[in-house]
Amino acid sequence: MNVVEVPLHAVAHARAGDKGSRSNISVIPYRPEAFATLVEQVTEARVLAVFAHKGATGVRRYLLPRLPAMNFVIDNALEGGVNSSLGLDGHGKALSFLLLGDITVKVPVDLIAVNSPYRKKLAM
Amino acid sequence: MNKVYIGCGAGFAGDRFDAAVPVVKALADVKAERFLIYEVLAERTLAIAQRLKREHPDQGYSPFLDTYLPLVLADCRRHGIRIVTNMGAANPVGAARRVHALAREFGIRGLKVAAVLGDDLLASMSEAELRREPVIEGIALDDRAIVAANAYLGAGPVADALATGAHVVLVGRTTDAALSLGPLMHVHGWKAADLDRLAQGTVCGHLLECGAQVSGAYFPDPGFKDVPDLDRVGFPIAEVEADGSLIITKPAGSGGLVSRATVIEQLLYEVHDPHNYLTPDVVLDLGEVEVVVAAPNRVLVQGARGKPPPATLKATVCVDAGWLGEGEISYAGPNALARAELAASVVRARCRAIGIVDPVRVEVLGTEAIFDSDSASRRPRPSQSSGGEYRVRAAVRSTKRKVAQQVSDEVLSLYCSGPAGGAGVRQHISPQVSTASILIDRARVHARVVMVEES
Repeated sequence: MNVVEVPLHAVAHARAGDKGSRSNISVIPYRPEAFATLVEQVTEARVLAVFAHKGATGVRRYLLPRLPAMNFVIDNALEGGVNSSLGLDGHGKALSFLLLGDITVKVPVDLIAVNSPYRKKLAM
Repeated sequence: MNKVYIGCGAGFAGDRFDAAVPVVKALADVKAERFLIYEVLAERTLAIAQRLKREHPDQGYSPFLDTYLPLVLADCRRHGIRIVTNMGAANPVGAARRVHALAREFGIRGLKVAAVLGDDLLASMSEAELRREPVIEGIALDDRAIVAANAYLGAGPVADALATGAHVVLVGRTTDAALSLGPLMHVHGWKAADLDRLAQGTVCGHLLECGAQVSGAYFPDPGFKDVPDLDRVGFPIAEVEADGSLIITKPAGSGGLVSRATVIEQLLYEVHDPHNYLTPDVVLDLGEVEVVVAAPNRVLVQGARGKPPPATLKATVCVDAGWLGEGEISYAGPNALARAELAASVVRARCRAIGIVDPVRVEVLGTEAIFDSDSASRRPRPSQSSGGEYRVRAAVRSTKRKVAQQVSDEVLSLYCSGPAGGAGVRQHISPQVSTASILIDRARVHARVVMVEES
């Protein structure tokens, strides 16, 4: 099987929300078949590393296999959040795309949608 | 068939002003109990409203009441669509009076308007009592001035208000989900012990409360997640059965998309532990929820489970938090990044030189700065071309307005005292409110419904 390494963005979508300085980011595979390999590769430790520069102190991952989806809860990811952040994005609404861009996964190429821009890039 | 239809007209204060019009059109001809909800009350909004009310006792309700309701009030009354909204903010009775005034203006007769009171803790507790409660989230209260303190009421008072026959129900702080769960409890007769139904009703409210975030907005990622006609995105409508199972859909002919993916993204939005989502009405478990496409733009959601609610209510305390000062300036074309970086270093040095002690964030937008920390500690991005367009931004928070202005002015002064080609300065100085969440014993919160007559 042809396995490729791609940003998580190629196989999943995500949405970020906030409560105080805590962020939650859902990660939802485009194809349910990708869920198992994402569970294996997108670990709490790797997600914590993505937010280390913000001072994140912990990550808890919740699995929802029926949807399927994962929900990451990241403590202290928001430098105080809307209460005290100096950044433009106190809510951390853009952070879903930080996660999707910074984490890479190794997946069979079949798990990437046929019309995905990543498929076209890989074909070049 | 005893289905309840709930449409959403706004998911935040500032949402598209005319979004509810197609929703009302879609609901007009349905033979069932129908409701239109508006969620416009962010955590901080109440502090601003409370301040307004202190200065003008007849104000303090949402200024968006006059944005949204004139477009729908007459049609809702004509077709029997009832409105439930937290536009009451710090003054639900004042909001109700304003609705009566609008009704008079539009020649609407016999409108019954109810207000839900009891969320305002400043009316029932002393500041000292509030300060004694442990903060579970947000900043320490210390000795900061308390501007507002409101408990999150549940859906019960909303259902009680509807039981009076009110055509419009105005609440202040309730859970967002209560705007939907209240109507469902009222029509379907759900009681506190119907935990799984309350859980489904809470899911319904959670899916609707952010407006079009469930029907194709806040979702498009071109080439990956495409959505048709976003400029005409249809706001969501839920159809909820007496057993709690529900369909999410949108007005026929509108833009947007209701799919498994749009619904799942919103289902988990701002959820932490999906097996224990706490509300005043029920503890929600999403673990067995199924999301199934029933037809194009019709998605079935079922399987939420409920557990008994906690003994305490969450409350938000808003405190005065000084000032935020910001300034921005752009650089474009050849060597733009180097000029922007130079500008940023000038602002940093100047803030030190003039004795600013509050932390100042200086960043170059266009370099994924939004992902970075205040101290720019993210790993460097792969090499980027130095042309293009970059925007330098400085920001500070201070208890003193003067400091906020000083930092902002250091960006302004770059016009003549900074690198070549600086352009497009914008400055913004704004008062800030911070929040802390505390838990309050239910016995201390007394929600009540008042009918507000035409004055």
